[in-house]
Amino acid sequence: MAFLSYFRRTTKTASLAKDRLSVIVARERATTRGGPDYLPQLQQELLAVLAKYENIDLQHVSVNLDKSGSFEVLELNIVLQDPGKPVTMAPQKIMS
Amino acid sequence: MSQEAQTPQQTNPSKVVVITSGKGGVGKTTTSANVAAGIAMLGHKTVAIDFDVGLRNLDLVLGCERRVVYDFVNVLRGEAKLGVALVRDRRIENLYVLPASQTRDKDALDPEGVGRVIADLKEMGFEYIICDSPAGIEKGAQMAMYFADEAIVVANPEVSSVRDSDRVLGLLAAKTSRAEVGGAPIKTHLLLTRYSPAMVKRGEMLSVGDVLELLGIPLLGVIPESSVVLQSSNKGTPAILDDLTDVAQAYLDVVYRFLGEERQHRFIEEEKRGFLRRIFG
Repeated sequence: MAFLSYFRRTTKTASLAKDRLSVIVARERATTRGGPDYLPQLQQELLAVLAKYENIDLQHVSVNLDKSGSFEVLELNIVLQDPGKPVTMAPQKIMS
Repeated sequence: MSQEAQTPQQTNPSKVVVITSGKGGVGKTTTSANVAAGIAMLGHKTVAIDFDVGLRNLDLVLGCERRVVYDFVNVLRGEAKLGVALVRDRRIENLYVLPASQTRDKDALDPEGVGRVIADLKEMGFEYIICDSPAGIEKGAQMAMYFADEAIVVANPEVSSVRDSDRVLGLLAAKTSRAEVGGAPIKTHLLLTRYSPAMVKRGEMLSVGDVLELLGIPLLGVIPESSVVLQSSNKGTPAILDDLTDVAQAYLDVVYRFLGEERQHRFIEEEKRGFLRRIFG
């Protein structure tokens, strides 16, 4: 039945490789390159400060470094919870 | 062994070049041997340092393995003088090799010692100091790139190699002397090896354009996939010495480009083979 696979093989694997690489390379660059070594720590510390004033959760804060033309954009995204909801996490716990 | 290595040349400032890749088996040592041999053939005093402590191989590829007495680690520990540890190539004037230690572990390399050896080599008048990096991104690889002015990133048109090359580019930008001091960043070049234009044409291999787009660094050259590379290492003669082969031509182009000459890229398109080449080639 080998002759059947000959006809079935239509996808160009090179373009598949390129697509997969562009995704993974972009993601890894965002976390490892261009001095963003401090990003995870920045996220932690911002979270600790914010937690003093608002009820927030680690999952609701994201820090990203994007390239836009010749300059870099540090993007901080915080989702605030409903005021009525109870505190889900104490600040000390967030730091640990 | 290298008495004539003592005259400093003030006219041409020395350049430290790391040959690196992250992934193993992509052609770092082959490239180190050919680039060092090529630069030396063009009249520049060149030394190739093997940083792969424990897995010494550059000596074998260059065919001087039987003349190795002392190694890099002996020099770092003060057990041998640098001039004595350097192995001089018998075919190519101006070419020297500093072999890696075969017995010690990679912790034998430390930034102070490596920096001292590189400074001494500059003092001895070496114009090009080629650092053959071990695979991986551990200490040995980081030591090989630490003092570099320029980097040749060797990659295969293959997913894991391209991804690792990108990681290495990140390290070159962050974990090197130039990055730490805040000087001009290391100049990076891409060398794509084991390239098969026929496979690219059939959509079975990433093209040069694809890899360039993904990595975003300038192309130094493309080395075609060829049995010549294996045969050269079998013999212990860098491929560049036999200038009739595609691989030799490709490496020679790479060397000229590296030294600043404009050369058109070759071996990227599938070769149109004539009737006679099809039969006798």
